[in-house]
Amino acid sequence: MNLAIQPGDVAWVLMSAALVMSMTTPGLAFFYGGLVRRKNVLSTMMQSLFLLCLISIQWILFGYSLSFGPDIGHFIGGLSWFGLKGVGADPNPDYAATIPHSLFMAYQMMFAVITPALITGAFAERIRFSTFAVFSLLWATLVYDPVCHWVWGTGGWLRTLGALDFAGGTVVHVSSGISALVCALMLGRRKGFPHHTIPPHNMTYTVLGASMLWFGWFGFNAGSALAANGLAVSAFIATNTSAAAAALAWMAIEWVVVGRPTVLGAATGAVAGLVAVTPAAGFVSPLSAIGIGVLGGAVCYVSVSVIKTKFKYDDSLDAFGVHGVGGTVGALATGLFAQKAVNPAGADGLFFGNAGLLGSQAAAVGVTAVYAAAVTWILLKILDKFMGLRVTEEDEVIGLDDTQHRESAYTLLD
Amino acid sequence: MKLIIAIIQPHKLDDVMEALDEKEIYLKTVSNVLGCGRQKGIPETYRGVVESGKLTKKVRLEIALNDPYVEPAIQAIIKASKTGQTGDGKIFVVDMHECVRIRTEERDGVAIG
Ligand SMILES: Nc1ncnc2c1ncn2[C@@H]1O[C@H](COP(=O)(O)OP(=O)(O)OP(=O)(O)O)[C@@H](O)[C@H]1O
Ligand SMILES: [Mg+2]
Repeated sequence: MNLAIQPGDVAWVLMSAALVMSMTTPGLAFFYGGLVRRKNVLSTMMQSLFLLCLISIQWILFGYSLSFGPDIGHFIGGLSWFGLKGVGADPNPDYAATIPHSLFMAYQMMFAVITPALITGAFAERIRFSTFAVFSLLWATLVYDPVCHWVWGTGGWLRTLGALDFAGGTVVHVSSGISALVCALMLGRRKGFPHHTIPPHNMTYTVLGASMLWFGWFGFNAGSALAANGLAVSAFIATNTSAAAAALAWMAIEWVVVGRPTVLGAATGAVAGLVAVTPAAGFVSPLSAIGIGVLGGAVCYVSVSVIKTKFKYDDSLDAFGVHGVGGTVGALATGLFAQKAVNPAGADGLFFGNAGLLGSQAAAVGVTAVYAAAVTWILLKILDKFMGLRVTEEDEVIGLDDTQHRESAYTLLD
Repeated sequence: MKLIIAIIQPHKLDDVMEALDEKEIYLKTVSNVLGCGRQKGIPETYRGVVESGKLTKKVRLEIALNDPYVEPAIQAIIKASKTGQTGDGKIFVVDMHECVRIRTEERDGVAIG
């Protein structure tokens, strides 16, 4: 065994990889599954389950190599790690010096899995399964892998720009959130939306899913320390604090605006807080995390309750409203609240005397958003021509469970 | 006094309710049901075993009406739920003997609402 390997770090990152896996299934599957109508719950859960399988294979074959492999022109990793060639038990000090390189790869795999799964909230209840499958593979390869390389890969050009992204606010949430908006706009609204309300069919699933996400997020954020150390603990505390603050903020706003705090509001607010703190988790104090949570909760509330209602785009499960908007808030808030006193490897933000960081953060968000939106748009244009994006109106009415999978989730008799 | 029992496609419920509202017919009972028409529904597959789709999901509306409202109700339901495809549903119209509002013990015409 390599002497540099630290058993404590290995144990924590292995555990974290499993935690991040649990965010996709069951976390996201139940969070989204509860929000759709009963005729679409299986197809919605299937999208998460399918992506866990699909991207796991993509990542092993070439996704990891494209994302983290030897740099080509600061834009993409090469294919020399195809099939994980050379990615073994020895650490790769460029990424994580105290755990096996293969463990870093496995941990990152779970991020690659959940990112396209987040997008599924935007096209819920109307996308063709076959088109979704092809889109996801192409999106993972042409959007996620390059952006991941720019921000985290050795030689990636955004990494050298000085933007901070502790656990993937930009790579994961901005890229998927913006792509989700493009998907919602290009697929069009669900039949009946917004004239008829389309209520969640099982909010208990949504609460379960949100709680699983919160739990798994400890692996996502605290695991991003890539070591069992004080930084991991600090990220853990920031994560929990922000989720709590955002949920409280959301409930408080609802209490004032609509007269009652809602359970769905609390669950959504918590997820917004988790998203917002993701880029900041390893750079901010607990008190700053309260600020980030309140900001994330409030801005996401406005985006899904006011802006979406006004412009009437059918971001069905608020993938853009929570992940795109929350991710952007978080990236910018990192530029405000980051503190070298918390993490010397980070930088100081605006509130700690350094205005420059905010600019880098905005640039990283802007570049990611424009790139992700453009490629998503092109992919959907091509797929629309060759495969069609939506199911037929008749199939949409019957539901995707029966028409795409020939199953239904609930029986009425027995 | 008649009792209308309408079996409609589930996704037409919102439109039917809207059409009934327009005729000022608000009181109703709605339930999820399974039914057989003359055609089969969608077969489902569970671990490779195919279940023929004998029963399809429908929504059942029950509306008790005073006579002048019966025809408008039927027209509203047809307007909102007819597509011309099989499975659009049926409307059964039944004579009703009596109706009692429990709170006031009012009977018949007044009690229907
Ligand atoms: N004779 C009947 N008795 C009881 N219920 C019926 C009867 N006919 C239809 N229904 C109910 O209405 C639902 C819809 O029927 P449907 O519209 O398919 O009738 P159909 O006679 O097959 O006409 P179509 O050829 O237009 O489909 C059925 O699933 C069933 O629940
Ligand atoms: Mg029939």
